[in-house]
Amino acid sequence: MAGQEQQQPHSRDSQVEDDIPEAPPASPEAQASASTEGVDDLLDEIDGVLESNAEEFVRAFVQKGGQ
Amino acid sequence: MTGGSGPAVGDALPVGGAMRVMGAETEYGIHAPSAPSANATMMSARVVQAYAQVTRQRAAGGAETRWDYTDEEPLHDARGWTVDRGTAHPSQLTDQPPVLDAESVALAYGREELELDGQDESGSLLMNMVLGNGARLYVDHAHPEYSSPEVTNPRDAVAWDAAGDLVALAAVRRLAADPSLPPVNLYKNNTDNKSVSYGSHENYLMPRSVPFGDIVRGLTPFFVSRQVVCGAGRLGIGQDSSTSGFQVSQRADFFEAEVGLETTIRRPIINTRDEPHATADKYRRLHVIIGDANLSQVSNYLKFGTTALVLSLIEAGLAPKIEVYEPVAALKAVSHDTSLTAKLRLLDGRRVTALDLQWMYHEAAAKLAQDTGVGDAVDGDGHTHEVLERWATVLTQLDNDRTAAAGSVEWLAKLSLLDGYRQRDGLEWNDARLGLVDLQWSDIRPEKGLYYRLLARGRMRRVVDDAAIAAAVAEPPRDTRAFFRGKCISSFGKDVVGASWDSVIFDVPGYGRLQRVPTREPLRGTKELTGALFQRYREAGPFLGELLGHNSAPPAA
Repeated sequence: MAGQEQQQPHSRDSQVEDDIPEAPPASPEAQASASTEGVDDLLDEIDGVLESNAEEFVRAFVQKGGQ
Repeated sequence: MTGGSGPAVGDALPVGGAMRVMGAETEYGIHAPSAPSANATMMSARVVQAYAQVTRQRAAGGAETRWDYTDEEPLHDARGWTVDRGTAHPSQLTDQPPVLDAESVALAYGREELELDGQDESGSLLMNMVLGNGARLYVDHAHPEYSSPEVTNPRDAVAWDAAGDLVALAAVRRLAADPSLPPVNLYKNNTDNKSVSYGSHENYLMPRSVPFGDIVRGLTPFFVSRQVVCGAGRLGIGQDSSTSGFQVSQRADFFEAEVGLETTIRRPIINTRDEPHATADKYRRLHVIIGDANLSQVSNYLKFGTTALVLSLIEAGLAPKIEVYEPVAALKAVSHDTSLTAKLRLLDGRRVTALDLQWMYHEAAAKLAQDTGVGDAVDGDGHTHEVLERWATVLTQLDNDRTAAAGSVEWLAKLSLLDGYRQRDGLEWNDARLGLVDLQWSDIRPEKGLYYRLLARGRMRRVVDDAAIAAAVAEPPRDTRAFFRGKCISSFGKDVVGASWDSVIFDVPGYGRLQRVPTREPLRGTKELTGALFQRYREAGPFLGELLGHNSAPPAA
């Protein structure tokens, strides 16, 4: 597709501060497994952060119009 | 031009790339869970009031100041006319700033309540503040709004927009610490999913010489498609979310026209409000209302950076010659297609995806940047190269590696989280818990906001670090007139009675009348031009004496 050949490796000369290190090569299975574990762990954390009584909380979030 | 050479001095930024005078406006969703029927305008005023209390403790120069409305021209239309009766340009200011417009809104809800909580120490309403970082914090309609100071590049746009989230957070913390008031939550989103939307706007300075028709033609296909990069994601389809599902953009379903002046009804893809807030025969301020508020730094960076690039293409007459058939419907079709495979019909008969459109713009922007030299990695303008590179990376990832893209693209990050819940707990799209995830994604408190939980786990890429954002809460950008405005507030706040984008008004003992310092040129009033002046004076009187010296024109602003 037009333009795709212009993609270049991630810039090293800019002030970019990516805090995500490049992942080392891993087998697709290992990647999928690690990703699933990460998601489960993340969801467990978020379970503890979510407001209680989701239905009522969402229903009560009513805004007046804006731009 | 006065004051040395260099790319960011005087009227000129490098042309052809991603540098441009720009700024962000964010209206926050506001909610008091323990007082769900509390009046939104009152609560918004409390947010502004709370931040005034925070800065009153911090700023040596006194409380931060009021907004000067004299240059607001919301009825000027970029197509060349004025709705209703236009206001003349203020050539002089001899009196107090006009009555705050939000006051009348709030009064409808009861004067007594306002007198209890809504006043500053002088006894009048505090619904507008100018901050020491050059931003404006105020009540707009029924939401607190932070308007960032003018910056010159997308990296600074991200930093000073994110600074607004910290300003909002400081106000939330202050209110939470006051046992006499209900805690207030603020959300950086754009809809309550019950048919109401509120905006997150971008502003870009352009030469007035560019025909508005060129802007409409050049931007419309870009705005139809850019949401795949910078959409914030939304649960529910339709303005009232009556159809369950997930879509790319918070805002798409609320747009009903191609071009127009309105921002609250019949919202147009291209907004024609023409308030330059600068020398009107030289500049127009392009007011963009179609964007989503972004927490993801990469989405926000690309929202500003790629739009700036496309405006450079339009100015050069080199925007891709594309016309999308029925753009309002196409905008929604793109938003409703999370697979990114939907084909849009072009007037020339081609059928292309939103990603195809984005690549067409990328290709044209990369060529212009190469031809002008601004895109060079070493000798370029320091911004364009990175915008083009990140843009290409994200477009490629959206095509072939969505897991990687989810670390940058906000709607995809949110969708990944929702998919995680759906898979783990077998939830349907209309489950209230998913609605809560969508809402709480944008809670600005880092311990509650789900975006911030992902950021803390290293799952969201950064463009600027936390130290840069924290600095942007207190300090103005150094390379625009926001430097002059912010430093006037932080240095001489007690003597500043009003300010706006293009003026600062002093009331200084010894001067018989108010002194209005115009700041009509966005690239003047910089640190380079005025920094030494601020260092020389501790008192506003002598400062103004030199600034407005008898023998020379105002030197800086």
